[in-house]
Amino acid sequence: MSENMKTPILSVVDLKTTFLTNDGPVEAVHNVSFDIFESEVLGFVGESGAGKSQVFMSIMGILASNGRASGSALFKGEEILNLPLEKLNKIRGHHLSMIFQDPMTSLNPYLTISKQMSEVLVYHKGLSWSDAEKKSLEMLDCVKIPEAKMRLKSYPHELSGGMRQRVMIAMSLLCEPDILIADEPTTALDVTVQAQILDLMLELKKDFKTAIIMITHDLGVVAQICDRVHVMYGGRIVEKGDVNDIFYNPFHPYTQGLLNSTPRMDQNVQESLVAIPGNPPSLGQLSKGCSFQDRCDFCMPKCLEERPDLKITTSGGLAACHLI
Amino acid sequence: MENIPQGRSLWADARKRLFSNRAAFVALIVLSMITILSIFGPLLSPHAFDSIDWDFVGSPPNFEKGFPFGTDAVGRDLFVRTMYGARISLMVAVVASLVSLIIGVTYGSISGFIGGRTDSYMMRFVDVFYSLPFMFFVILLMVFFGRKIYLVFLAIGAVEWLDMARIVRGQTLSLKRKEFVEAAVAGGLTKWQIIRKHIIPNTLGSVAVFLTLTVPKVILLESFLSFLGLGIQEPMTSWGVLISEGADQMETAWWSLLFPATFLATTLFCFNYIGDGLRDALDPKDR
Amino acid sequence: MLRLILNRILGAIPTLFVIIGISFFMIRMAPGGPFDQERQLPEEIIANLNKVYHLDEPLYQQFGRYLWGILQGDFGPSFQYKDHTVSELIFQGFPVSLKIGGIAIVLAAIIGIFLGTIAALRQNTRVDYLIMGFSMTGITIPSFVMAPLLSLVIGVYLRLLPVGGWGDLKHMVLPIIALTLPQIAYIARLTRGSMIEVLRSNYIRTAKAKGLPERVILARHALRGALLPVVSYLGPATAGIITGSVVIEKIFGIPGIGRFFVLGALNRDYTLVMGVVVFYGIIIILFNLIVDILYGILDPKVRYE
Repeated sequence: MSENMKTPILSVVDLKTTFLTNDGPVEAVHNVSFDIFESEVLGFVGESGAGKSQVFMSIMGILASNGRASGSALFKGEEILNLPLEKLNKIRGHHLSMIFQDPMTSLNPYLTISKQMSEVLVYHKGLSWSDAEKKSLEMLDCVKIPEAKMRLKSYPHELSGGMRQRVMIAMSLLCEPDILIADEPTTALDVTVQAQILDLMLELKKDFKTAIIMITHDLGVVAQICDRVHVMYGGRIVEKGDVNDIFYNPFHPYTQGLLNSTPRMDQNVQESLVAIPGNPPSLGQLSKGCSFQDRCDFCMPKCLEERPDLKITTSGGLAACHLI
Repeated sequence: MENIPQGRSLWADARKRLFSNRAAFVALIVLSMITILSIFGPLLSPHAFDSIDWDFVGSPPNFEKGFPFGTDAVGRDLFVRTMYGARISLMVAVVASLVSLIIGVTYGSISGFIGGRTDSYMMRFVDVFYSLPFMFFVILLMVFFGRKIYLVFLAIGAVEWLDMARIVRGQTLSLKRKEFVEAAVAGGLTKWQIIRKHIIPNTLGSVAVFLTLTVPKVILLESFLSFLGLGIQEPMTSWGVLISEGADQMETAWWSLLFPATFLATTLFCFNYIGDGLRDALDPKDR
Repeated sequence: MLRLILNRILGAIPTLFVIIGISFFMIRMAPGGPFDQERQLPEEIIANLNKVYHLDEPLYQQFGRYLWGILQGDFGPSFQYKDHTVSELIFQGFPVSLKIGGIAIVLAAIIGIFLGTIAALRQNTRVDYLIMGFSMTGITIPSFVMAPLLSLVIGVYLRLLPVGGWGDLKHMVLPIIALTLPQIAYIARLTRGSMIEVLRSNYIRTAKAKGLPERVILARHALRGALLPVVSYLGPATAGIITGSVVIEKIFGIPGIGRFFVLGALNRDYTLVMGVVVFYGIIIILFNLIVDILYGILDPKVRYE
């Protein structure tokens, strides 16, 4: 799937996110640009602190109160970044929905599942509460929650972690959104439950034709469900490409390091895993040049001086490295 | 690498943050001034706290005669009396807080450290006492055993230790699981040694915060008792007594209410701001 | 739910027993009997009085008698007001105290929650600082300073309201203000703190991501969690209002229980003081019980435990 064939549903250009802290401004996201197309699964990979969640928090208008976003995010040609709340509320939860890492705390502990699900339909679709509850019940069946009728009356603390994430997914799909943003949806879950949730998401993607953005640090998750992958490092996208290219022909040294530090089924067991030396840069004090310079095996004098831009690679992807 | 922040000690860090908190810093200075004034002020005045000047009964503030705060209804100098009130209040604050500190820290750390059934019984005891209307027991104590100053101290201290015990117990429970305590157990220290050397020193942060917040409560409690006539007795005086007398005469002698009330309120303000500042300083996550 | 209520009621009984026990034995341990007065009474009269008041019986018998009396609403005779029983005095003053205290606590909750919520929503703005400054003042200045100051300014200088007496609505205004201010202040502070915490929580982030309007997020999602600490504070708040009412009733000359209590304490009217303490204890325990149940209704986790 090439990027110039269709018009994207969401097109983000030069997104910048800054947090105003007591120790001065901290830039969490630098000039990030990307597109997402109908019913594809786009992965965002990176270590924690790489800024991948903040990209989407900015778009959804749910940054912490000291966060500021600039740039542009066009949803079906319409600017949605920093929209006034009333207009933004017509879009988020309706056409764009998001689920989060921690299903334990992301649901309101004081309201029943029924209430938390139905209210979405009541506000976005204008349904009556009883109709909304019927629709919620159908959706719980879709995400394969056993005894869905009983679960509607439950409170979140009566459900297991996997169940809660299923509820979150059901809730996010109620309005049949164009894009579902999943922020590390499986990180807090057991491995077996993780696989079930990923299968479920793939299945739902087919049924609802929803594009999925999968934010994760787990390359296993990426390999299972993503069509395309964007790798983030230090608040920037450092490599973009189809999932196969990223896995078999990575260009950026960081992507290579990431792959070498992940166990693979197709590799000789004798080969040991290699950790990337050093730590991710702290966002407050980025030096000039490439942000990966301290940890890169191929660091050249140019890398200390000049920040590399994204360039087209031989496999058709993009990577930000002077080696290309 | 110069990028890595230097490790600082909790207390040095806290002191810096406390002093950079303007409200707390001002409060600290004002409080020191009140303390110094209460100690040395009476020495500067020509009048004693209980001497009666029949020529100046109920006089408004008069600087020439040495009555900067005026006199009360029987001609005693209100400046000296207000300063005596300050001494009593600060003394009550120190003594009663110490009593609550000693009982609370001992009780809480033992209960938390021993744990198990002992802990649950000890805390059940605190719970029962917690739900009692304590102010009234202090009053009962005053009624039945006479209105003696040391009883005021003791009674107030005995009331305020409950919160302290709860806080220290909570801290102890979490400290108990820390590696350095396990190391001490493995090293063969006795329970009491571990409590004294490892547990109590590590609870001091929250204890310090709580203590600063206990002090205004204690001062308030003493003033309350004295206001009702159940605390400090004539001719000795305290802010509560003075405010009670002042309230009776406020229509004719505003100064008799204003000065002690201002001093009491200012002192309470100071302690509250210092306590707040200290809590923020010792709790970096709230920055 | 029913089990929760029964559990709490059972839990309240030992507390009540401790209150009665402490006050009873404190009285007996006190040096001197109730009839030790400046003027020495003849031996026979004291013996006679002791007999009338059952002071010659063994302690446990007296305690049993006292306990049995309380169960029937009888706190014994007053030593000072010879023609009244303690119960008569308490029930004479109770409606008055209940009126002031009840209004005070309802007002404190409503105004305090309102102010605290506004401060939390406008965190670190001038509105927030104003409310928190007011709150610090309310917490710091004790009611026995606030009450005379209020009556001095509003009653004496401005002559807007009477500074004492009882009967009309206008007599209630100043006492209620003096009684509620500290509680409003405390509740506002408490609400602000917990509201700020809740607004930062993950489930509020979810609610925002769902595109719900702000007022719905506040009313349906945030308020309940933010109010739980306030609800548990209502128990101590009642105790605080009762304590405050003792002073307020003295200052404004209101014929409530508090005034009997102070007079009783000053006159060493043992049975009256004890009766009032036990009565206050019962009210506070009762209120804590209501608070516990209310908490159970608001928090589903407690409800199903």
